[in-house]
Amino acid sequence: MLNKNQIAQRIAREVKNGQYINLGIGIPTLVANYIPDDLEVVLQSENGLLGIGPFPTEEKIDPDLINAGKQTITMVNGSALFSSAESFGMIRGGHVHLTILGAMEVSENGDIANWKIPGKMVKGMGGAMDLVASAENIIVAMQHCSKDGQSKLLKECTLPITGIRCVKKIVSDLAVLEILPEGGFKLLERAPGVSVEEIKSKTEGKLVVEGEIPEMVF
Amino acid sequence: MINKTIANAKEAVKDVFSNAVLMFGGFGLSGIPENCIKALLEKDLTGLTCVSNNAGVDDFGIGLMLKKRMVKKMISSYVGENAEFERQLLSGELEVELTPQGTLAERIRAGGAGIPAFFTPAGIGTEVAEGKEIREFDGKLYLMERWLKADFAFIKAWKGDTAGNLIYKGTARNFNPMMAAAGKITIAEVEELVPAGQLDPNQIHTPGIYVQRIFQGKDYEKRIEQRTVSEGRG
Repeated sequence: MLNKNQIAQRIAREVKNGQYINLGIGIPTLVANYIPDDLEVVLQSENGLLGIGPFPTEEKIDPDLINAGKQTITMVNGSALFSSAESFGMIRGGHVHLTILGAMEVSENGDIANWKIPGKMVKGMGGAMDLVASAENIIVAMQHCSKDGQSKLLKECTLPITGIRCVKKIVSDLAVLEILPEGGFKLLERAPGVSVEEIKSKTEGKLVVEGEIPEMVF
Repeated sequence: MINKTIANAKEAVKDVFSNAVLMFGGFGLSGIPENCIKALLEKDLTGLTCVSNNAGVDDFGIGLMLKKRMVKKMISSYVGENAEFERQLLSGELEVELTPQGTLAERIRAGGAGIPAFFTPAGIGTEVAEGKEIREFDGKLYLMERWLKADFAFIKAWKGDTAGNLIYKGTARNFNPMMAAAGKITIAEVEELVPAGQLDPNQIHTPGIYVQRIFQGKDYEKRIEQRTVSEGRG
């Protein structure tokens, strides 16, 4: 099984040179730690920044410089600042190449649910609906099962939907899976020590297994 | 040049009335009009509709207006940091219209730019689409969203001049520029107010045409919600 940092590390291998990338809150934020130094990429913060840098040192903290998770940040050389309307314009306009975000559930046709649990306080969708409706490539970081062992990779989402037919790839604590255009989770890689049988038993939606499934190497 | 300068926050909010629609710039607690919120708290107002990406925290920002029961309705994208908000929402005292963040930004932009409605893909297939007109353009579905306008828009900028021209700093810009244009009366508070002619026209983010009142703010707290530091790097 992968821990949170390993999920982030595995997702970082999907990043390509020259991409503009939006990282969601939680595990996706950790992906930045694992992007290889020889790749030139730009991280977008939807409150209005291209070029997120590392977290600041205590002396460099600036309350006027935060990311979408409201954490204090720095800017890299070549950064640009803009309004929230401009920011979502570049998201909706398809200029951001890759969106990485967390999910509570994903369905076999790529629907995602990650903003609301009935009966619990609704905090709001923030920018998630805009991001999933527009991004050309969406990778989801998630736990394969809930704490009580229920699969979160489903035929159909049970929670309120954030966006439909949008997820392209999932990196869970157990596996890397691709969403097939015709529907179904295609198993690409197993986490170290996790068998295909275990992944099958923990995936409620249609799982497609073809040939030998390689184990991830860290 | 027209002079928009007023003395202080108290004068800025003098004609704000109950049941008005108010816009507040800011993302989280970054770039919020701290002085105007304080001045509004001194007034006896109820039934306000507040358009703001977030609802402050329990003891700062719009959270303080919620505590005083001044707010009837919030139009926001994320309201997660506020326990009093949750209590009022669950008890039915407060109404909330949750709007995807990009849709919220564009609704406000549309309000200031005279565009009554627009189509966006955000929310297709979700409860946000319920009751809204859906149309297909070039093979993809979009839903119709309406503009947002306000009786008063409260803006926080870094620098401003007496003509109402504004410059923001860092990510404190966020919703401020669109709201400046969407307010019938737009009130800007700035950290540094200078005479017209001292700001470089090439660098202006919000042209003064949108601003009716401007004043030099004071005692900015600029609270940080998630103080996050790195060891050595940065």
